[in-house]
Amino acid sequence: MSFKNLKDRNVGTQEYIQVHNEVYPSTNMDSFKQVVKRTFSLELFKGLGIVFGVMKKALFNNEMHTVQYPMEKLPVSPRYRAVHKLLGLLESGTNRCIGCGLCEKICISHCIKMDTVIDKNSRKEILEYSINLGRCIFCGYCAEVCPELAIVHGQRYENASEQRAHFALIDDLLTPFDAIKQQIEYDGFGAISPDADKKIKKTPLAY
Amino acid sequence: MFENDIFMTVVKVLVILGVFSALAGFTTYFERKVLAFMQRRLGPMHVGPFGLLQVLADGIKLFTKEDFIPQHANKLIFMIAPIITAATAFIAMSAIPFLPGVIVSDVNVGILFVLGAMASGLYGPLLGGMSQANKWGLLGGARTAIQLLSYEVVTGLSIIAPIMMVGSLSLIDINNYQNGGVLSWIIFSQPLAFILFLIAGFAETNRTPFDLLEHEAEIIAGYATEYSGMRWGMFFIGEYANLFTIAFLTSLLFLGGFNDLWFIPGAIAIILKVMILIFLFLWTRAAWPHVRPDQLMWLCWKILMPLGLLNILVTAIVLI
Repeated sequence: MSFKNLKDRNVGTQEYIQVHNEVYPSTNMDSFKQVVKRTFSLELFKGLGIVFGVMKKALFNNEMHTVQYPMEKLPVSPRYRAVHKLLGLLESGTNRCIGCGLCEKICISHCIKMDTVIDKNSRKEILEYSINLGRCIFCGYCAEVCPELAIVHGQRYENASEQRAHFALIDDLLTPFDAIKQQIEYDGFGAISPDADKKIKKTPLAY
Repeated sequence: MFENDIFMTVVKVLVILGVFSALAGFTTYFERKVLAFMQRRLGPMHVGPFGLLQVLADGIKLFTKEDFIPQHANKLIFMIAPIITAATAFIAMSAIPFLPGVIVSDVNVGILFVLGAMASGLYGPLLGGMSQANKWGLLGGARTAIQLLSYEVVTGLSIIAPIMMVGSLSLIDINNYQNGGVLSWIIFSQPLAFILFLIAGFAETNRTPFDLLEHEAEIIAGYATEYSGMRWGMFFIGEYANLFTIAFLTSLLFLGGFNDLWFIPGAIAIILKVMILIFLFLWTRAAWPHVRPDQLMWLCWKILMPLGLLNILVTAIVLI
């Protein structure tokens, strides 16, 4: 499955294959005819042929379906809600978070905690920000409510760990400031839709 | 001279035992790979190159596993049942000429001995299933009795016609009868007997269309439900040894045995035939569904047995 198919969730537009079911025999004569037909058309051997064809295609036409998981991974939908990421601000190279506290308020499992202080320029400064991933239910409300797209959901779904401390490492979530040029803008849960520009309307001033 | 004979026999026995124990392990690898390819999977890949050492890993696992005996089982019978399966499977091999000149003992009733020893192997699953105080095991044991006993009849009837043509029960005589090129193979004069023998062979080795003894979807693992470790492994080795016995018997009886085939020497020809037959066994496992026990009995007593009798009658009339 390609990445585009994965993103396209419009049910009913895919190409479905019609399965042709034969009419079930009702009379004794019909079932006798069915037995004769199946016996003399050697359906068992047709089955053998189909299976052999599958093996040939799998081996030589690259139709093997196995994904060798730790080495290969299937693409994850951009709307998938895995471990959070805290994005950086490209212009100034700092954390995008403005310390509004909406994510802390909306979090239904109370796993986000932030400490802020108003600095001398009367701007909010974030002293501490932590997400307890052992408690998080990955509902996505924090990403949805964030006005700055600062907290988003990533695609890292392998989050088993042996230590509880690994579930609250803020440094893993935050984009490192030297890698901020490589930061990919998030288009998943809570992000602006790709056709957002077309949806902008003139503010009605008639009233 | 006499001591030398005994020495040679012991060496042959040990070689055959070693080769077929190893082949049983390697066939499991081959089976898993072929089944996987036929289901668009890769099969074992991680232990060794292309998973080749998976057999070794499985062997270590089987040997080091706990040998578990259920509390209410009949301990003695439970413990000796797997040995019966493995032992009879290898005893049956003693009268089979595997390659030209490689035979432990050329019995003059070779085919009767082989089939008799294989048939007595039914006591392994039967006793194992009945002694383990487990309902699934009991069902597996009961199915063993009906399936193997019924299909013994078909096997016996299907080989009578070729034996009537050859006039000897020795497998070497049967092989030598077919030394006049491909068209002298018994499969061309006895096609019905070949089909009957192959179907009965599937049933006697518990291969898939007739895999009722340990039908996973119905009775967990049948007679092997309570077995673990090397005792289960012995059932397994016995089953694969039987698979090879049936494949060798089929190629000796119907497919020209170890006679030279065009430019191919006889030893290689019979190995190729056996490999093709083993592949057929795996292929049908991937392609065909199981049959129900009542369908199995219906097929045996209402279709295959009358056909076998008819085949003997027609052969007798033609021979006279």
